[in-house]
Amino acid sequence: MNSRDEAPAWVRYLFLFGALVFVALLLLLPALNVLAQAFVKGAGPYFSSIADKDTLQAIFLTTGVAILAVAVNTVFGVAASWAITKYEFWGKSLLVTLIDLPFSVSPVVSGLIYVLTFGIETRLGSWLDNHGIQILYAAPGILLATTFVTFPFVAREVMPVMEAVGIDQEEAALTLGASGWQTFWQITLPDIKWGVLYGVILCGSRAMGEYGAVSVVSGHITGKTDTLSLRVEKLYQEYQTQAAFTVASLLLFLAFLTLGVKAAVEWRLRRQLAEATRKAEPA
Amino acid sequence: MRRRNIPGFKTTMGATLAWLGLLVLIPLARLVTTSSGLSGSEFWKAVWSPQAVAAYELTFGAALLAAVANGAIGLLIAWVLVRYQFPGKNVVNSLIDIPFALPTAVAGLTYGSLYAPKGWIGRFLTPLGIEAVHNRLAVVIVLTFVSLPFVVRALQPVLEDLGTESEEAAHSLGATRWQTFRHVLFPSILPALLTGIALAFARAVGEYGSVVFVSGNIPMKTQIAPVVIMGHLEAFEFDQASAIALALLVASFAINGGINFLSRWSRRHEQ
Amino acid sequence: MKLIGIAVVALIAGSLLLPAPAPQEKKEVSLTNVSYDPTRELYKEITEKFSRAYQAKTGQAIVVNNSHGGSGAQARSVLGGLKADLVTLALASDIEILEARGFIKAGWQDRFPGNSSPYTSAIVFLVRKGNPKGFKAWSDLARPDASVITPNPKTSGGARWNFMAAWGSVTQNGGTEAQAIDFLRKLFERVPVLDTGARGSTTTFVQKKIGDVLISWENEALLALKEEGGDQVEIVYPDSTILAEPPVAVVDRVVDQRGTRAAAEEFVRFLYTDEAQEVIAKWGYRPRNAEILARHQNALPPFKKLFTIKEVAGSWTEAQKKYFSSGGIFDQIYQPR
Repeated sequence: MNSRDEAPAWVRYLFLFGALVFVALLLLLPALNVLAQAFVKGAGPYFSSIADKDTLQAIFLTTGVAILAVAVNTVFGVAASWAITKYEFWGKSLLVTLIDLPFSVSPVVSGLIYVLTFGIETRLGSWLDNHGIQILYAAPGILLATTFVTFPFVAREVMPVMEAVGIDQEEAALTLGASGWQTFWQITLPDIKWGVLYGVILCGSRAMGEYGAVSVVSGHITGKTDTLSLRVEKLYQEYQTQAAFTVASLLLFLAFLTLGVKAAVEWRLRRQLAEATRKAEPA
Repeated sequence: MRRRNIPGFKTTMGATLAWLGLLVLIPLARLVTTSSGLSGSEFWKAVWSPQAVAAYELTFGAALLAAVANGAIGLLIAWVLVRYQFPGKNVVNSLIDIPFALPTAVAGLTYGSLYAPKGWIGRFLTPLGIEAVHNRLAVVIVLTFVSLPFVVRALQPVLEDLGTESEEAAHSLGATRWQTFRHVLFPSILPALLTGIALAFARAVGEYGSVVFVSGNIPMKTQIAPVVIMGHLEAFEFDQASAIALALLVASFAINGGINFLSRWSRRHEQ
Repeated sequence: MKLIGIAVVALIAGSLLLPAPAPQEKKEVSLTNVSYDPTRELYKEITEKFSRAYQAKTGQAIVVNNSHGGSGAQARSVLGGLKADLVTLALASDIEILEARGFIKAGWQDRFPGNSSPYTSAIVFLVRKGNPKGFKAWSDLARPDASVITPNPKTSGGARWNFMAAWGSVTQNGGTEAQAIDFLRKLFERVPVLDTGARGSTTTFVQKKIGDVLISWENEALLALKEEGGDQVEIVYPDSTILAEPPVAVVDRVVDQRGTRAAAEEFVRFLYTDEAQEVIAKWGYRPRNAEILARHQNALPPFKKLFTIKEVAGSWTEAQKKYFSSGGIFDQIYQPR
């Protein structure tokens, strides 16, 4: 082991050991525990827990909601980044702050606001109810709450990249006669793709795992409005500890997958930002 | 110099404002309109009831402890990751992000299981008389997990950029390692460290899912603020729930404002 | 503007594709049963049997989805828009809330036999095997060395039955109201964990191994015995306890909107059939059918002394107001001294 540190070997080993112990204790052990508990009865029960119809429904619901939430927040996140980075206007930093607002909101509150908005004791809620449209305690409500908590993710990742890349290329394309849309699709989008991808990963990961906000709006109807996190909780409450940890392990694998893809994209993203910064610096 | 000579301003601004307004601003405004149903003294009674105050103490207190603990732990981990080479370093680096990616319910479930009296870690604590579930310690532990990456990720870039020249200079002037650390290194990384701790704090304050699995939720003792809100919600007391939610939101907003200020100060400090 | 339009259309289209309860389903009728916390296993089995019986009788495929949670919390959700064709809750006042808001027509409790309670239960203690701390009577729960598990009365129906049973153990046996308040204050001082529902408390006591004694529905205690085995826990029947009558109701507003009234009423009637009453007894609830109850005497023995909510508090509406509303007796017990 070599390092840039001048400290004597025993100090270096102590620090390294200490750091690794914390990582193991705080991060690795919990993950291993999930796997151990999931497989405590062996592989057969593990797979049949996954094949349980209510669990499959939860997988379907969670994935569907996550895809839609990511789609909405990506489309609008990119639009917002465009509006913010390519123009000067009054209130720009206020807008950025507002977009970041969902980060400050606790999950329970994120769900509460939709109950307050769509509950059938409100005018909007009772109008919707009279027309047979159900928002709360059904998939649409879960989608809204999930979209809210993952709101800023894509915008936040795309903005710095758009900023760093600048508008020269777009201006050039426009003077050459390209339309706004052509410019966007062929110039801007390829430039920001790593930022978009990174944001999509963060957004999707959070969307799949959200618990508090969804718990408030879901209704907890088994086989219908339970997301994976809610399913974990429910199985645990119904004496099915192994099944609960099995579903948890699915989320764990998803987390590891996210980390892997994230690491790969992050490297490219940072390289792109570093290059853009270097280009912007005076020679 | 940027001017509006690129098309699309109206479209993108319109889309942004619609998205922001419909999904974020209007629902959040409902908090204000709902809690405005309360008179001034009722509002105060809801927001500052003994139960709510105890919950704020736990929410902010535990978050602060966890953030400060992460300050120390995160510094150690960041130091090791930046300064040392060892096999598997990239893997360890990726592991740091686990709390970002792992759903809070899973974190709560596994921590509850680990620290239960017969759990993998709990079994060592029980003979020592230490209980680490259903009390405030459990809350601090799980919040430490949840907010760990913030300090590490805030420190890593700064430590990387630091280089070793100032240390080597101090060393050649006869400073001990500790003096070097205290007078040369630490001041340089302090802004980033504080930013990281502040971010960790903000994250821990907002945490819900993992805490409810392990804390016990006893009013006046181990209830965090979001659980008090849930309690009002489930008792159909919407205006009181909104009042506390609003108070919590304002506090979070203030914290994040402080963080932004802090990170801007630290960036200026670096240059 | 194109951008917004596309996104909005995509959003709506997407959310309609997701499995949301649709009002008109020709192939399969679906009902949603909103129930309280412990009844998960009970209704899983009953709804399966009902589906088969209903299909055999009418030729129509039917599925019943169950939602479980603290009784008060569930009632709140129905008020907030949770589409319940049926509510099978823990106590009458949670259903009365729905009646007050026009979801259920007046006189609901007389529509089905036994005050619309197809089953009853009672409140008992669950203790560690061998009852090492010797809990026998309610007063034992106020001992300094007792650690008591019960859910939160603000959200759980079972918790409110527990509370009233504890209260009644004082007032129905010659004690004064002041003594009852004192007893309950001491009791709640000994509670380390307040879960939102009865099942949460059972999980805490049985799986997380917190506490010395669980105040619980009889059926929950029996289930815990079954799941954990008789070498971990045992049931103690206190000298006196409260007769718990969890009622069921068809939610008029919803079934009329969804056109599922016939199916929903059929479901409730099914709960009183021998087939369902046997399932009820199997899961530790006391069936209304006296014959079937008598056959299960071993697991469901007669009580020493039983009092009703009427005797203790007049009615659940009164009890809700006096004890569990904001600023009521339960809130006062938690005030810092």
